[in-house]
Amino acid sequence: MSTAVENIPSQFDVLDNPLESQMTLSMGPQHPSTHGVLRLDLRLDGEMVLKAIPDIGYLHTGMEKLFEYKKYQQGIVITDRMDYLNPLGNNLAYVMAAEKLLGIEIPERAQVIRVLMCELQRIASHMVWFGTSCLDMGAMTPFWFTFKEREKILNIIESASGGRMTPSYFRIGGLMMDLPAGFENRVKQFLEGFPDALETFDTLITGNTIWHSRTQGIGVIDRVDAIAWGLTGPCLRGSGVDLDLRRDNPYSGYETYDFEVPVEPDGDVWSRFMVRMRELRESQKIVRQALERLKPGPIKADAPKVVLPDRDDMRKHMDSLIHHFLIVAEGFNVPAGEVYLPIEASKGELGVYMRSNGGPKPDRVHFRGPSFVNLSALPVMSEGEMIADVVAIIGSLDIVLGEIDR
Amino acid sequence: MTEKLHGYVERLKQHNGEWVSDVKDAHGEVTVFVPAAAVGDVCHFMRDDQQFDLLADICGVDNGPEEDPRFEINYHLFSTIHHDRLRLKVLLSEDSPVVPTVTHIWRTADWHERETYDLFGVKFEGHPDLRRILLPSDFDGHALRKDYPLRGYEPYSMN
Repeated sequence: MSTAVENIPSQFDVLDNPLESQMTLSMGPQHPSTHGVLRLDLRLDGEMVLKAIPDIGYLHTGMEKLFEYKKYQQGIVITDRMDYLNPLGNNLAYVMAAEKLLGIEIPERAQVIRVLMCELQRIASHMVWFGTSCLDMGAMTPFWFTFKEREKILNIIESASGGRMTPSYFRIGGLMMDLPAGFENRVKQFLEGFPDALETFDTLITGNTIWHSRTQGIGVIDRVDAIAWGLTGPCLRGSGVDLDLRRDNPYSGYETYDFEVPVEPDGDVWSRFMVRMRELRESQKIVRQALERLKPGPIKADAPKVVLPDRDDMRKHMDSLIHHFLIVAEGFNVPAGEVYLPIEASKGELGVYMRSNGGPKPDRVHFRGPSFVNLSALPVMSEGEMIADVVAIIGSLDIVLGEIDR
Repeated sequence: MTEKLHGYVERLKQHNGEWVSDVKDAHGEVTVFVPAAAVGDVCHFMRDDQQFDLLADICGVDNGPEEDPRFEINYHLFSTIHHDRLRLKVLLSEDSPVVPTVTHIWRTADWHERETYDLFGVKFEGHPDLRRILLPSDFDGHALRKDYPLRGYEPYSMN
């Protein structure tokens, strides 16, 4: 790998004149606060960052190439492994892109369950962000509290899908299966305890003076720059732009839910922190509303050539058996065309570009990962700050390298 | 739904008819085909006069080695003001896979263009720092081209 920083001073120059020369520090890829395998080339004057160059690609596994060799329904499991903190969001974007190409309508109950699960996943994702970004700045205690809440959500997701980190719960045309018995009570139980947990976080961190001085005025990106650098999600709302795709480009029936979009004006680490903290409360509100709307009904679209039939039908009906065999063995053909489908994932706009040439495998699938774009703006935020603040800024961006490198 | 989107295209056509070579409307999305040389001007106009201030994505597509034009570059524009989306598409032949950069219009284009260059070998003229981003700098070939084998040419080792 070539280092991108030019004019690196020789080692001895730094040793002889520590105050008069600049040094280049390679931070990562095994540094715990880089949230995975991110490497930063930092050019330093003392402790101040003059230039920061992110180096990515350590986790590149060629997922976009792999999609072209897999049938549409096989691609769902690949999406789980991209943003592994928000797998249901990735599932949703992928299956909705395929559904848009196919022109399938999803039944009401499946839509409500999708919203419910995605909001739970958003809370879980924010819990990891909260715990780790505190950990990066030396506060260890919140980590245990947040992971306790996340564990409860992962148990809920596991009870429905069978997977904790890799649920693959959403399928093209609906869901893998209906919710298990007692699911609503599990969610209610979680919702009962969650407001107390939020209060604990506020007591621990939000009102903490050390936290204020570590975050306020650090890593500032203003409104104009934030849009030019393509920031989305909490990072963009932290710079005072009132944009949430759940409200502005609604999908899955989000327009019928009542929630607010938190916006903070300052564009620093603190603003991004506050946006996510307030978002947790809004997500909780959406989960409650979705729970009330859960009515019995079909969870799969009426499209026998695309959606796998019920096990019971296969024993009684010949055509169901044929459809099952064809879908599993040969896949289903998707009409030729191209779509770009954006959703509001926990980190920002997750866009899926999908193109079909009429066969059972996609011609091209491209993921516009929010972490990828948000990380590209790191140099603007961190130049002129201290090394310790770079760690705080990376934490506030909430990146997942699995999605950046794909 | 797409009337509003066609309105943007009409204004673009009125401004300069040569900028739009074709328009496609499918799945509620409008695609504008733009000649490669005009990409910079069109993007400037879309950002400044039509309020498409956020570049959501740049995405390359390979149609296969026997097709001409072989490559497509899709620019997905979005507006934080009126929340509409529009796709600009540039078609490139295999002989000259070169397109002007839009990094001076949207800074976010930097990494998107590097990714497209890395995986498709499409060059972005005027890009300040066009080098590979996901694959190592000594990687052979462009992995998302259709004629690049799924498992690569030979076992790759990091040196």
